[in-house]
Amino acid sequence: MKEPQIIVCAKQIPDPEAPFSNVSVNVEKKEVIVDAPDVISPYDENALEAAIRIKEELGGKITVLSMGRKVSDTVLRKTIAAGADALILLEDPLFQGLESNSVAYVLSCAIKKIGAYDLILTGRQAGDWDSGQVGLILAEMLGIPSISLARSVKINDGRVVVEKTVPVGYEVVEAGLPALVTVSNEVGELRYVARSKMLGLLRRPMPIPKWGLKDLGNNAERLKKVQLMELSPPTDMRRECFLIEGSSPEEQADKLASVLKELR
Amino acid sequence: MSEILLLVEAKDGILDKKTLELIRGAKDLARDLGTGASAVVVGHETAQLAESAASFGLEKVYRLEHPLLEGFKPDAWVGALEWLCKQTAPRIFLISHSFVGKEVAPRLAYRLNTELTTDCLALKIDPNDGLLIRTKPIYGGNAVAALKCEGLPQMVTVRKNAFEPAEQVTTLSDILDMAPGIDESILKVKSLKTVPEEVVELDKANVVISGGRGIVDKEDFEMLTALAAAMSKTLGNVVMVGCSRPVVDRCWMSSDRQVGLTGTIIAPDTYVAVGISGAIQHLVGMIRSKKIVAINTDPGCNMFKVADYGVVADYKDLIPALVKKLEG
Repeated sequence: MKEPQIIVCAKQIPDPEAPFSNVSVNVEKKEVIVDAPDVISPYDENALEAAIRIKEELGGKITVLSMGRKVSDTVLRKTIAAGADALILLEDPLFQGLESNSVAYVLSCAIKKIGAYDLILTGRQAGDWDSGQVGLILAEMLGIPSISLARSVKINDGRVVVEKTVPVGYEVVEAGLPALVTVSNEVGELRYVARSKMLGLLRRPMPIPKWGLKDLGNNAERLKKVQLMELSPPTDMRRECFLIEGSSPEEQADKLASVLKELR
Repeated sequence: MSEILLLVEAKDGILDKKTLELIRGAKDLARDLGTGASAVVVGHETAQLAESAASFGLEKVYRLEHPLLEGFKPDAWVGALEWLCKQTAPRIFLISHSFVGKEVAPRLAYRLNTELTTDCLALKIDPNDGLLIRTKPIYGGNAVAALKCEGLPQMVTVRKNAFEPAEQVTTLSDILDMAPGIDESILKVKSLKTVPEEVVELDKANVVISGGRGIVDKEDFEMLTALAAAMSKTLGNVVMVGCSRPVVDRCWMSSDRQVGLTGTIIAPDTYVAVGISGAIQHLVGMIRSKKIVAINTDPGCNMFKVADYGVVADYKDLIPALVKKLEG
């Protein structure tokens, strides 16, 4: 078959692995403040890894789409360094705080503008709101088959073959192309990108198209925001920690063994 | 029509605990709205399952029965439920935040032209407009959002333990047989085979020992396995080995062992975290453990802030010594 055209949707979010002490809630402004650098949502990185593996086998082109109020190309350029061919940023002040249907709508407009594609890969859910909706809704909007929770994705004879995680193990499913697959972390983490390669890429001029709503049909009425009534901090999880000390690991192990026996 | 509908899920013909919780939630909301709560059973040869669902004081049990609905084929389930909702126009539709729910609910909500909120912890009715107020953790549980959405049915997926399970009553609900208007053409995704794997059920363990990003070698998990064996032998408990997400990302462990927001949420008697820094999305999965023991080289890490006992040590030294002490 011809070389596959793959689109990967990648969201930029505050690092979800940040320690909880770096996260606070502004109740009045209804805002979550994360004191950590932005990253690509981890499951979207898994999706990109799955795409790169297909490209290694069959060739083709990977286009990364990232959407937000303000997207940083320094964060997203990692996708190019890892093996994507093109990056398109969907950026507009109106894209802030949209509910899932509206996000999927904007992505569907961008995908129609790109035109030909065989496979769309998204993470199973984003690491900020963890809704897990956009990918599946996007497939519905485009009228293409969707498969969720992939742990491996292959293209074979013009069909996508997916090992999908199910409660009893895994299920092998297939669908005709084009199709959308949501990818889970069992696929494996995104390949390592050397820092020198990242830095080299940042210095190199590279066309990164930015599309706003006016480039995507300009249908502002179609966009709806999340209706947030209230935002509150989580219940306090802190406990009083008794530190087991000792002059050697053996001494610590001895004390810990007694504790564990008592806890029984 | 203004009734509340919930999706029944079962394993080996027995109603899921999550479904019993949904029934309670649906009945509570129905009481507040002065309406009835009903359930839908989806599948093939579901007579018995429908009967069990009918013993919980619901108004009606819809039995959505079709050969294509055997097993779980998302395309068929979404199509059949779309058909039912268009027939019955429920006001609220509650679905568990389960394997089935996560897949069916977003697609169904889109087809019904409504908005969905996933993974809700609590639900109530806004007395002003009758809309559902949905409480949902965001940023891995670092914040809790209360939100509202337009559209009917008001749709949510609900996290387990959000409600107490419903109890059986003596009167039986009416069972309505419904033959959904679906056919083969609805199946866009073809299932080739299902491969069963040995699946670890961490929620059955008294003690879970988990390793995280701090475990530097895949082989080092053997130390945790040895510790599990020693604890099990000495203490007579069911001890299992789990992990945090980075370990699954490295393909060192299968995802059934992953503790956290997107893995398993557990509450064992004792949780031992080895080399886990305490990212919030992991904490969500184990914070309800009765006692938490943290082992880490970094005294400033978050895991010590939520632990009852902490040992600042290198697991490579501590764990083998601990195994020896337990066995000795």
